[in-house]
Amino acid sequence: MSVKTPVYLDYAATCPVDQRVVDKMMPFFTQAYGNAASRTHAFGWEAEEAVEAAREHVAKTIGADPKEITWTSGATESNNLAIKGVAEYLAEKGNHIITVNTEHKAVLDTCKYLERRGARVTYLEVDQGGLITPQQVADAITEETVLVSVMHGNNETGVVMPLAEIGKVCREHKVLFHTDATQAFGKIPIDVEAMNIDLLSISAHKIYGPKGIGALYVRRRKPRVRLSAQIHGGGHERGNRSGTLAVPNIVAFGEAARIAREDMAEEAERIAGLRDYMREQLTSTIEHVILNGHPEHLLPGHLNLSFAYIEGESLLMALKDVALSSGSACTSASLEPSYVLRAMGLNDELAHSSLRMTIGRFTTKEEIDFVVDLLRTHVSRLREMSPLWEMVQEGIDLDSIQWAHH
Amino acid sequence: MAYSDKVIEHYENPRNVGSLDKNDDGVGTGIVGAPACGDVMKLQIKVEDGVIKDAKFKTYGCGSAIASSSLVTEWVKGMSVEEAGSIQNSQIAEELSLPPVKIHCSVLAEDAIKAAIKDYQEKNGEKNGTGAGETR
Repeated sequence: MSVKTPVYLDYAATCPVDQRVVDKMMPFFTQAYGNAASRTHAFGWEAEEAVEAAREHVAKTIGADPKEITWTSGATESNNLAIKGVAEYLAEKGNHIITVNTEHKAVLDTCKYLERRGARVTYLEVDQGGLITPQQVADAITEETVLVSVMHGNNETGVVMPLAEIGKVCREHKVLFHTDATQAFGKIPIDVEAMNIDLLSISAHKIYGPKGIGALYVRRRKPRVRLSAQIHGGGHERGNRSGTLAVPNIVAFGEAARIAREDMAEEAERIAGLRDYMREQLTSTIEHVILNGHPEHLLPGHLNLSFAYIEGESLLMALKDVALSSGSACTSASLEPSYVLRAMGLNDELAHSSLRMTIGRFTTKEEIDFVVDLLRTHVSRLREMSPLWEMVQEGIDLDSIQWAHH
Repeated sequence: MAYSDKVIEHYENPRNVGSLDKNDDGVGTGIVGAPACGDVMKLQIKVEDGVIKDAKFKTYGCGSAIASSSLVTEWVKGMSVEEAGSIQNSQIAEELSLPPVKIHCSVLAEDAIKAAIKDYQEKNGEKNGTGAGETR
């Protein structure tokens, strides 16, 4: 059985838009093209109605009230708005923020920006499984703390943080709790009430919607969260985020959220099944394969593995018929290996040797088998070419060697 | 990142992959780089009468690193030790059309051949005669 190449195994980066979503959004380009803020005619009313229906779908997926959803351009903007917006609004109250060293750059760089402007930021350190404990959060909270920001599912490893327990700690200490749920939204259940979440960032293109549309959940009661707007203008979205609403994208986001919510249980089971099958196929037939992540607390579609003694980019070259990503320095602009994997205590060598495979709605078992076969062949070929593999075969301990770092 | 055709060709059909007996007096071994940096090259030469008769490599690294070491083993075969010692990284980078971010791969290949020559010369008493063994 042949598969159509290239095989897409990078669903954590982005997804194709589901055809049902495309069908739903199309009329809003050419027929129902009104501005949702136009209150004086039917075009505006129709657009507004569609936007509100979408808002309800997105809200329902996280157990929120539609009034608590603010549309943004994507999760990066949502993270910026949540963190800068709270820090600025509560500047009188305190200037301390708590986050984690494996967060996405949209959170880390926003925190670094605030540090340059006088804020104090605590970066909690994860354990080998990529997790932090609620106790670490409790211990870091001070009188000055205004916000805790902990991601739900990690983009590189898929590790899922204990949000409900962290949320409980934050609520007890009356500190606002933000989560970047970009990867987890639509994949695993989220309940902002049960988890005591005050702000939550999400994006459409990770759930088979279009790029360029996201949302920030902002709690309205118990407690009411107030933000300083970061984009000023016509006062859209209750003043939280000005700018004409991208109606077709919003409609699409709503439809994508509806499908994700309705199919979540079944889809998560199927995708996790494929992921576990792939992991088993690879680890049972290839030596020295390390799982980067937590054995249990993982998003359904993530599989991050290190193939020891092979550099990740050279393996990607061999997998030219497969779309996936690597934690290798050579694939990043910075020439540094993945900071997420290093934060989990992985040494640089294994970080260089890592591949992230993310499985999604349209992945088939045939595609997984195809990729597993390729990996078996090329891991073996590249190890035959690896001086490190040769040394290990000769019984040499690589750590005993004084390497010349360059 | 887009690779040049020559890099892809060497990566897919690497020349002279393998090992020579490092305990042979006629063999010089150079190992350069570090696993933590994402590249380690082992380059070996077998010298007879001042001429490199054979060359082998093993490389842990990206496609450009593999291609750089493959290319160098191809070049040095038949060269005198002196000629091989004068290979410049810029020649390797030019031949493989390496982009600026991959220049370090060619530097490593130059270092590897120099280290192999140094090992050979030390073994054969041409420098300080201590036979200091493998060059890291």
